[in-house]
Amino acid sequence: MKNRWRRIRQDGVFLALPTILWLVIFFVLPLAVVLVFSFMSRGRGGVAIMPFTLDHYQRTFGVFFIILQRSIGLAALTTIVCLIVGYPLAFFISTRRRRIVQQITLFLVILPFWTNFLIRTYAWRILLGEEGTINGFLLSLGIISEALPLLNTQLAVLIGLVYGFLPFMVLPIYASVERFNFRYVDAAHDLGANDVRTFTRVVLPLTLPGVLAGCALVFIPSVGAFVTPDLLGGTKGLMIGNLINKQFGGSGNMPLGSALSIVMMAVVMISLLVYLFANRREARA
Amino acid sequence: MSVSSQLLINEGSMRSNRAVRRLGKLGLWLNPIFAYFFLWAPIVILVLFSFNESRSVASFTGFTLKWYNNILNNVMGAERAFSTEIMLNAFRNSLFVGTVATAIATVLGTMIALAMARGKFPGKKLIDGLLFLPVVIPEITQAISLAIFFKVAFDWIAIISGERIFPGFHSIIMAHVTFNISFVAIVVRARLADMDPQLEEAANDLGANPWQTFWRVTFPLILPGVISGALLAFTLSLDDFVITFFTSGVGTSTLPVFVYGLLKLTVTPEVNAISTIMMVLSTLLIGISLVLQGRSASRV
Repeated sequence: MKNRWRRIRQDGVFLALPTILWLVIFFVLPLAVVLVFSFMSRGRGGVAIMPFTLDHYQRTFGVFFIILQRSIGLAALTTIVCLIVGYPLAFFISTRRRRIVQQITLFLVILPFWTNFLIRTYAWRILLGEEGTINGFLLSLGIISEALPLLNTQLAVLIGLVYGFLPFMVLPIYASVERFNFRYVDAAHDLGANDVRTFTRVVLPLTLPGVLAGCALVFIPSVGAFVTPDLLGGTKGLMIGNLINKQFGGSGNMPLGSALSIVMMAVVMISLLVYLFANRREARA
Repeated sequence: MSVSSQLLINEGSMRSNRAVRRLGKLGLWLNPIFAYFFLWAPIVILVLFSFNESRSVASFTGFTLKWYNNILNNVMGAERAFSTEIMLNAFRNSLFVGTVATAIATVLGTMIALAMARGKFPGKKLIDGLLFLPVVIPEITQAISLAIFFKVAFDWIAIISGERIFPGFHSIIMAHVTFNISFVAIVVRARLADMDPQLEEAANDLGANPWQTFWRVTFPLILPGVISGALLAFTLSLDDFVITFFTSGVGTSTLPVFVYGLLKLTVTPEVNAISTIMMVLSTLLIGISLVLQGRSASRV
């Protein structure tokens, strides 16, 4: 009896096989096809044909480098702004004395995100448009005399990205601060540290795991953003996700699109490795 | 350094510390006000202007329900391309895709979660990576890799069998299952980790065969996790735009793909009204699913 049980446990691999097979066919294999495509030439209608070439990578790091740079820059800026807004907010939520107030303030951060991402992004088109709410408000007050160009700019994309991913920063930091024991702050003060020192030497290091997780969770989807720059960025705010999308239309270039996605994935993988490395160092310290 | 100068320095640093503290307190109060305003203003504005009498979104002139009326009557301002029929059809497509994809993903996700928690076989680290990657990889990468994969696969099928397959429900469902498996597995594994494995051993000692043990002991205990995973998968499926956009074919648009087509047009009060309806619906749906989840979790 005991033996049979053990054998079943070893046979767990058969339980895992269908799922592994599914993921290999629909996840690993497609990525492998993209990798192969990225080294092939462009045929009629944008399809991939032989021979192999490095052309698309050359273009990715040549004419399209500025867009790659912009994507990484905007994602980094989004992460920084989310951190500046999100850290004190998470602190505010987790330091509410009454449990119910804590839950409500947290819920108010999450609730807007139950709405579809497209609609949340569209809402900013209403606000930022040339005849939008912000311009209308400023014009009626006489603060500006003609409409500001807000929509279809990089600023609009930045606002949209911060809006889209802010909870990803707030939630992990909230979890860290929640666990933080505020007696350490008293101890640091008793030992003569001022507020700045207490924050940089005690509070920040102990909540760093949440900060790191939040940064990874914001940066990665921001680099690959497609909807936000598509709806808010126009041509000035074009990001690498839009460039990839364009390669799949009528006059597209699938091998180029593949090369662009491979480079984007490399950026994501590098940032993941940086996160894992920082996290491990943090855990050891 | 004399004692008096030491005191003077302390005095100075204390004063600067007090200034820092006051600034910090002010910041800690201003930040949430700004943050909550930032989070809620767009949503409030969107809802507000769906009831605005004039077509403009620059200022609120008066309350009206005519835009909601227009939607029901198939009129969308200058754009006549809109039809309530198409929107409802897209919604039905969403429900169909969501249901089928959730069913498959829940079975596959639960199976791998069980195998990872109870099985003893090599390569678990690798499988962990395989389950982790679909969660972190950018949506657009997954979307275009599936689009290319389906194109290549359908081309080959056409060459071999002479029959041409076009993207449609099958490709959308396969794509949705793929990104949902990991989420189901994560939720079910969390539940399994909380479960005492000795319960299964006890069932075994009492003479239950593995099949009986699974259905009488393990499954009832992990059921809340399975339900949570399924609800999460269904929500993600209904909500997905990017991956569906790249894998759908003619006539199989889901609701988000249909809505995207509308949102790309200029801002109109009718689109605001549709957005408001969708917002209310999805909030209700997620709220209900969370309540159900809470119930099923507390029952066990």
